[in-house]
Amino acid sequence: MPEFYGTHVASRLMLGTAQYPSPRVLEDAFRRSGAGIATVSLRREAGGEGAGTAFWEMIRALGLPVLPNTAGCHSVREAVTTAHMARELFDTDWIKLEVIGHADTLQPDPFGLVEAARILTEDGFRVFPYTTEDGVLGGRLLEAGCEVLMPWGAPIGTGRGLNNVYGLRTLRAQFPDVPMVIDAGLGLPSHAAQAMELGFDAVLLNTAVARAGDPAAMAEGFARALEAGRLAREADPMEPRDMAAPSTPVLGLAVLG
Amino acid sequence: MSTVTILGAGVAGLCVATELVARDVPVRVVDPAGGPGAHGCSWWAGGMLAPFCEGETAEATVVAMGQEAAEWWTRAGAEVTCNGSLVVALGRDRQELDRFGRRTEGHAALDRAGLATLEPQVAERFDRALHFRTEAHLDPRRALRALVEGLARRGVTIAREGTPGPRVIDCRGLAARDALPDLRGVRGEMAVLRAPEVSLSRPVRLLHPRHPLYVVPRGDGVFMLGATQIESGARGPVRLRSAVELLGAAYALDPAFGEAEVLELGADARPAFPDNLPRVVARGDTIHVNGLFRHGFLLAPALARRAADHVTGQAATERMHENHAER
Repeated sequence: MPEFYGTHVASRLMLGTAQYPSPRVLEDAFRRSGAGIATVSLRREAGGEGAGTAFWEMIRALGLPVLPNTAGCHSVREAVTTAHMARELFDTDWIKLEVIGHADTLQPDPFGLVEAARILTEDGFRVFPYTTEDGVLGGRLLEAGCEVLMPWGAPIGTGRGLNNVYGLRTLRAQFPDVPMVIDAGLGLPSHAAQAMELGFDAVLLNTAVARAGDPAAMAEGFARALEAGRLAREADPMEPRDMAAPSTPVLGLAVLG
Repeated sequence: MSTVTILGAGVAGLCVATELVARDVPVRVVDPAGGPGAHGCSWWAGGMLAPFCEGETAEATVVAMGQEAAEWWTRAGAEVTCNGSLVVALGRDRQELDRFGRRTEGHAALDRAGLATLEPQVAERFDRALHFRTEAHLDPRRALRALVEGLARRGVTIAREGTPGPRVIDCRGLAARDALPDLRGVRGEMAVLRAPEVSLSRPVRLLHPRHPLYVVPRGDGVFMLGATQIESGARGPVRLRSAVELLGAAYALDPAFGEAEVLELGADARPAFPDNLPRVVARGDTIHVNGLFRHGFLLAPALARRAADHVTGQAATERMHENHAER
């Protein structure tokens, strides 16, 4: 099982807590999937003094490590401020860092991301940066003090799966010892299985589960797919080949009748 | 029969009072604010009586309980418009409309021509819609006033204070968290516009992956836009981000909203239980009616009827359980 900043996590599934039909359904999704980490967005829920208390109490009651995020932050300053709020509220130095560079695609701002990662790391945070599959950017984030990378599968909320498999495979190969989480863009359990087959350590998703007709069932589907994909990775799968090769030799078969 | 004290003059309390008075049960209503107003979340409601649409995310019990709402409100003297409702999505969000259709009942698919017969302005920008023919809407503030007036005609006024008698129905919404600790607030923000250039005669929902919106006509060129749904009990003023999203979505629905006057921006927190389903909870001599979430005007009639059944002893076969929604 993966380890982030020295903490062992019980599952390869990191699950978001937004957009569920109700907190009860959210709880069911976590229970049925056995998700190992709960991510929570501060930006939208922080409506003032003590505002989100009841909801956050429910998140804490899940009994999982909480990974607060800076979702919706479009500037370094916003992200840093939100990270500080998160640290106080959840009493954790973990922060999933999102610095959004484009309002429509929600693509990370690579320059702001590196700057915010450096500021937060120097301030004692353990940063989980939401990044692209760009290897140069990944390297800069590691230099800035990050010990985890969270490359996107596809833009947030699109459910398109792994958009650039070649790029993700290259990133994985470039930093073989860095824990990596596919974050965002997954829509189906098969996408999660593919991420495991490529050697990623975990996936983070929210919309694919929360907006499914039956979120708890979909969460369990993802958990099982992660297990399948990871087993395949460890089993050293065959390479695809062009030439058909029968699994049963045809030469020497007895001619019957 | 001894007098029943109803705590709270929001939509839940006034519906319970109205239902009990209709059954000749003596009631009094106590609310420190003196009556419905901007201090209560009912004031900021949309007023859609749209059980089938709500079924997109709400459980089947909400759809079932909401069926009686339009008739109840009409009987109670509120002005209910039974014009159905529409659901649309912009071109690149068409799958949202397919999904909404899959997850709801009671609708028919309209093409542009079909839409044009109902809402010609909407048909200029949308070529498909879902039509929920049996749904209705009302103006929440006028509906609350109709209940207050109806009660007054039967001699029931709203007292600012009073010692509750032996029989209490607690309809205080979020203020009842002292007795119902798993209640939480879910913040909603809305806007009221005057847009004489916009013509709509039924509620329209615009589906959008980020900024869903509904518009409810209030008559005289006035429209209510709603509503955000944020996991927060904060009741303060509307945030700029939410206002931008709501107003921007309205502009996407019909650019004629661009010339609208913004009459009001309002926000409050709705009371909800962890499953977002309402409860009628009997505890000693107190009955709690609470957790109406975003379905206040839709579900208050059904809950009022159940609470009244309980008071008048007709609820023997109905289940009243703390941990289960009424089904």
